[in-house]
Formats: sequence, structure tokens, C-alpha cells
Amino acid sequence: MTTTALPRRTYLNHEFGLKSWLLTKDHKRIGLMYLVLVFLAFVLGGIFAAGVRAELTTPAGDLWSSDTYNKLFTMHGIMMVFFVLIPAVPAILGNFVLPLMIGAKDVAFPKINLISWYVFLIGMITTVSAMVFGGVDTGWTFYVPYSTQASNTNVMVTGIGVFITGFSSILTGVNFMVTVHRMRAPGMTWFRLPLLVWALYATSLVQILGTPVIAITVFMLALERGLGFGIFDPTLGGDPVLFQHLFWFYSHPAVYIMILPPMGVISEVIACFSRKSVFGYSFVAFSSLAIAVFGFVVWAHHLFVAGISPYSAMVFSFLSFAVAIPSAVKTFNWTATMYKGAIWWKSPMFYVFGFMGLFLVGGLTGLFLASLGLDVHLHDTYFVVAHFHYIMVGGAIMGFFAGLHYYWPKITGRMYNDTLGKASAVLVFVGFNLTFFPQFILGYLGMPRRYHAYPPEFQVFNVLSSAGASVLAIGYLLPVLYFTYSIFKGQAAGNNPWGATGLEWTTQSPPLPENFPDQPVVTEEAYDYSKREIKVA
Amino acid sequence: MLSSIPIFPAQASTFAADVDKLYFLILAVTSFFAIAVVIFVAVFAIKYQDESGTQVGAPIHGSIPLELAWSFIPFVISIGIFAYATIVYFELVRPPAETLQIYSTGKRWMWRFQHINGRAEINELHVPKGRPVKITFTSEDVLHDIYIPAFRVKADAIPGRYSEIWFEPSQIGDFHLFCAEYCGTKHSGMIGRVVVMEPRDYQAWLSGSDGQPLAARGQQLFQQLACVTCHLNDGTGRGPSLAGVYGSKVALANGTGVVADDGYIRESILTPQMKLVSGFQPVMPTFQGLVNEEGVMSLIEYIKSLPAPAAPAQATTAPAARPAQR
Repeated sequence: MTTTALPRRTYLNHEFGLKSWLLTKDHKRIGLMYLVLVFLAFVLGGIFAAGVRAELTTPAGDLWSSDTYNKLFTMHGIMMVFFVLIPAVPAILGNFVLPLMIGAKDVAFPKINLISWYVFLIGMITTVSAMVFGGVDTGWTFYVPYSTQASNTNVMVTGIGVFITGFSSILTGVNFMVTVHRMRAPGMTWFRLPLLVWALYATSLVQILGTPVIAITVFMLALERGLGFGIFDPTLGGDPVLFQHLFWFYSHPAVYIMILPPMGVISEVIACFSRKSVFGYSFVAFSSLAIAVFGFVVWAHHLFVAGISPYSAMVFSFLSFAVAIPSAVKTFNWTATMYKGAIWWKSPMFYVFGFMGLFLVGGLTGLFLASLGLDVHLHDTYFVVAHFHYIMVGGAIMGFFAGLHYYWPKITGRMYNDTLGKASAVLVFVGFNLTFFPQFILGYLGMPRRYHAYPPEFQVFNVLSSAGASVLAIGYLLPVLYFTYSIFKGQAAGNNPWGATGLEWTTQSPPLPENFPDQPVVTEEAYDYSKREIKVA
Repeated sequence: MLSSIPIFPAQASTFAADVDKLYFLILAVTSFFAIAVVIFVAVFAIKYQDESGTQVGAPIHGSIPLELAWSFIPFVISIGIFAYATIVYFELVRPPAETLQIYSTGKRWMWRFQHINGRAEINELHVPKGRPVKITFTSEDVLHDIYIPAFRVKADAIPGRYSEIWFEPSQIGDFHLFCAEYCGTKHSGMIGRVVVMEPRDYQAWLSGSDGQPLAARGQQLFQQLACVTCHLNDGTGRGPSLAGVYGSKVALANGTGVVADDGYIRESILTPQMKLVSGFQPVMPTFQGLVNEEGVMSLIEYIKSLPAPAAPAQATTAPAARPAQR
């Protein structure tokens, strides 16, 4: 109720026209441009998922042909992993808030930031065109020799698309890392950094070190498929298991690219809506780094039944248990943050509650899969599908939505309907559990993943899952409606509608093109709520 | 109707119950933590709710003892689960010394199982109850995976090498056999059934075959491919004698050693120069393309059947004794 009008000059209205967006070097505009692309990818990936779930309502493969079904789950995976989960928080929210949070005018390399968006765009166009002109059916994992010898779909074009997109991820990682090192405002010491910044920093590390490996792997795949190099083909002296090692050496750490930034968002939101500093700040900060580092040494847990020696399986099982500890530490710290807080039930916090519930299940079911004796049974079943959706959708997307609801007033300068926001969080939570919980049961029963048709005794749980998916879809559709309404009719938010700490809330909403009117100076720790007098919108 | 919907798979092998015990243990431990955290979050959210949004929380920043406790305790529990799960795993991957040997090849989109007496079957696997069974298998094209949920076993079929699973069926009945590694169009059609029979019935079923025993087929191939011209059983040939070589330790030309198991024999037939036996020239040609995976398996079965040279009886009635004529 504090303000009625938006600020006069903002990053959104200081220049107009398509050109002013396409040639912008403003990190805030680039963040929004990523939002557009990621939203399109999310819609496309969601349509593919709907195709998969529709088919699975009956045991017989009767809706699509087998080949179409195989393309649907492959393209769902590729869109969601490479074009939604990996860029969602870093490229959209990270781009928007990172410079604001550390009191900088922009990222360290604004032109490279724009280039990385174009690289992402080209990668996405390439990949989507492969899908439009026939599709691809290798699974998002591109396992050889199927992808090199057997598949006659657009493997090459899709691979090139993924290859290109990877460079966008590397460029963003480099940009963020240099920005955090060089652009912090006076007084913003490392241990005053908001935890989202720590999480983005740890993520950048993984992006820079991991992404080149997937680029090399996809390149080798292209050499073998296109030119007949014997890298993975055993009849040419290659080794198909080598591909899996290389693929997961990136793709496991990639899971941490997806989940670390949302974890950072959770720290921000939980502190704000508990009106307290995050419990054990340094433990939460360092657990991000620990996850980033440990994440590189667990890849072979994807290969427990793929012909690796029992002793190396043992080592990777142990390391996989070890990587669970920092995630557990974070969860306990978030919970403790709420203790004796003043908890304000707003939409972003509802998404945090949802995140906590789903991430717990996702993380803890990881222990089942890290356990060697159990993984033999569970590997490549729906148990795995359920597990990683709990992490990637229940954790990462829920965290992204928490962040989007939290920063929306900052991004647009306007509020949205809080009741609808909470309703959406509840719908997503319920729909998600309905969709994916039955898949744990299916997995233990032995239903393998990527099955177009299945034995009839699995039908009940598949129908439940598909029914849940429609609830989930409504949960995701709702924000599109109230956010759209908010853009045009939402109440003006003012600088700090949540009464939050952090430099990003000291400037106007939407921010100035140069972020701050004067260079901000930091004089206090992050999340120093205790000394404040809180006013809210 | 609802009663016919399974929510838990059959326990049809000797270690199925062990795997399930591990499952319920982890389920109990993780449920405890999940429920505890959910209760704390719910209680805090309700107890400390502030509808105005203007209050501040207590100035609590952390606690080192708590941090250490909730890092250390989960770590210790994890180690416990890890150790237990690894013990179960080694039970799953280490077959006992005496097993019933079955060979299998997967190709898009079928499984072929070869019993050593010569009987072969497609997408069906008959096994006796109460006897350890070992399946040695490979793929003729892309990756596949033999998965029998009721037995809790699974392993990828990888072109170019052998994989192995073993189990001891403990329950008579029909069970699902799935391909668990995506292999293209009819991946979900690459399924079959495992039929567990009383040993007596299994013997009767086996004898209903007109196929030649695998070792005998191997022996024929051994002649046809002229292996026999170099691999003399008395050790005077241009290649090493193969009598008794199976399962023994072989000294290699590069100074290392290798155990002559299925994988090594397969490799030596298809890429002979890879691990050359000490004291022999690299003269053996590759048999890649001349012998298929099933042929290689019958050759292995034949080599297995060759008695060690030190055996007292020079010629037995086993088919293995015959090539000594050369």
C-alpha cells in the first residue's frame, strides 16, 4: 500500500523497440530474454511429457507408434534438461539478481552475456529444428552404440544443438565467476555475500569444468556416427562403456548445476520470510562448494549394472553417500532457520515448503540408489524416474518458482495475487506427488523405464500418475495467468515489498538501467533482520 | 479386483528377501528423517507464524555443536547403509563355484537362451528351482539388459564383452523378464518370461531337445575353423594347448597374467593379438566375422570340457577327448 505508481525511469522503459532488447547489454533484460526461451522450452517439453503420460494410461502401446513414443520421451528429456533445468535459475534469476545482490552495475562482461544468450538461442533453434524435422529417439543420454549405429533419427543435429548450447552455459559460468570476484560493492566481503551468490558461484565452477566434457563427448559421438571413428564401437576396438563414463562425468555434475542455484534461492526466501539470518551461514555456503566438488567424483553410480568392476562400484557407492551429507546439512539448516522466526506465509514461502517436502523425498531416495545391493534391482526402473523428477522438478523447478515469486515484484515492479500464488504452490505440490509417488511403487515392482507398452498389472499406478500430471499441469498454468495479469494490472510493489534484506531490495522496482542511483556500500552481514524495522507492501 | 493389483514384487530367488530387507531398512531410516524434518517445518511454520509480516525473528545465527552433530550422525548412518548394501551386492555379483551354466545373446528385439545340452529358446528361460544358475551373455548389436525383477537381478548386455548374472530360483512359477536398457523401437517388446520348474520337470523339459550339446558344436567349429591345426593338446603346436586352460592363470607375453575366463577366451578368438600368451608368436588371425557370438559360446563350452593334461585317464568317453587324434 506504500506506493501507487511505478518509478518513472526503469530498465524496462528507458528505451523501447525490439532492437533495444536484441542488442541490450543489460543483465536484467538478458535475464528476461532467457525467461522467454526457457518458457518456450518448458512448454514444448511439457507437451512431450503429456504425450508420454497419455500413452501410459493403457498397458498397450496404442496411442502412438513405438518410434513416436521413443521420440517423445527423448525430446522431453532433452528440452527439459538442456533448455529448462540447466539455464532456469542461473541464466534467468542469476542474470537478473546477481549484479543487484552484490551492488554492481552489471556483470563483468556484458557483451559476452549477450553473446551467451545468442549461443543459447542458436543451440535451441538447432535442437528444436532436429525435433521438428523428424525428431530424435536415443533417449536424452545418447547411449552408444544405439546412437552411433542403430538410430536413424536426427542424432547429429540434436548433438550439434546440445554442443552449441553448452558454450552458452560455459560463458555464463565464466561471467558470473569473474563478476563475483571483481564487481562486489565496497564492504561486500565474501562472508557477507547472500547465499544465492555462493550457490551461483559454486554452479559456475561446475559449468566451467564440466561442460567442456559433454562437448568433447558429443563431438566424439559425431566422429563415430559420421566418420566411422572407432572410439566406442567394440568391433572397431572401441568401448561402449567409455561413452557412459564420459557422458556422466558431465551429466552427473549437471544435476548440481540444476539444483545448487535453487538451493541458493531457498536460502534467500526462507531467511526473508522467517525474518532471521540463515542458520549456520558458513556451513550452508561451504556445503554448496562441497557439493560442487564431490559432484565430480560420483558419476559411475550411473554404471553400477553397466559392466564396471565390483570394486570400482564400491568406491563410487561410498562417494555417492558422501555427497548426500552436504545436502542433508543444508536441509537441517533451513529447518533450523525457521526456529523462533517470525514466519510470514506468502507465496514464495509456500513454494519453499513444497520444495522442502519434495527435495527431502528426492534426496533420500538417492540413498536407495547409491546402495549397491538395491541399485541392481532399481536401476533403469521407474524408481529412478521418480527419484530424479523429485530432485529436478520437485527440487529445482519448485526452487525456481519460489525465486520467480520472490523476485517478480523486483523484476516487474508489480505484485501478483498472493492467494492464487499459494493455490498454485499447493496444486503443484499435490499434483507432483500424485504423478511421481506411484512411480516409486512401479519401480520397485520392476517396471523398466522408457517402456512404450507394459504388463497390465502396472496399469493402476500409471493411471494415477497420468491423472496427477494433469493436476500438475494446472498448477503450472495458473502462474502464467496471474503473472500476466500482474504485468498489466498488478499493484505497484515499491522497493521492498517483502521487507527483505539485501542490496537488490534497496533500489527501485523495476530497477534503474544502471541498477543503483549511487554506488551502494555494505556495512552489515547478510540477512541481518534483527536490527530492522520492517515495513511491507 | 483391487486385490489382484500387486504392490510388491514376488520374492522368487534366494537373495530376493535379502534385497528387500535392505530396502525396508533404508525405507525406515529415511522415513524417520523425512518425517522428522516435515514435523519440524510444520510446527515452526505454524507456531512462529506472523500474519503481519512486520515482526523479526530471534537473533540466532547458528550452532557449531548442532552442525557437527547433524553432519556426523547422518554420515555414520550412511556408512552403515553403505556397508550393508555392499555386502548384499557382493552376494549378488559373486556366483558360487558350482552353477548351472546358460548362455544368452540379446539382439533387437529378442533374447536367445542356450542351454548347454543344446536346447535353445527365444524370450523364454526355463530354470530349475533350488539350483544356482549362471547366465553368461552378450549383445549382438546395441546395449540391452537382462532384468528379472522377481529375482532382483539385472545386468547390461554389452556388445564386445560378456556380462554375467546368477540367481538361485526359490519359487515355482512364471516371472517377468525385461530388457532394462533402452534399445530402440521395440524395447518394451523385448520381454519374456522366466519359468521356474521342479528340477525333475526341468530335466524332462531339457531332454525334449534335438539340438546338439554345446560342447560338441564347439568341437565341430574347432575343426571347421582349423583351430585344431595349431592348438594341439600336447603343447607342441604353434598355439598353446587349450587342455585344462579354462579357469587357469595364463602368463602373457607382456609379462602380466590373466585368468582364462569366458571373456578372455572370447577376446582371444576375436582379437588374438590383444593378450598374447607368453612364448608364442602373434600368428593367429582374427576370427571376427567368421564365427558368431553363439559360435564363440560353444567354443568356450568345448574348451571348458577339455580335461587338464595331468588328468590320469588319457582318453575318456567325453567328446572332449577326440581332438587328440591330430
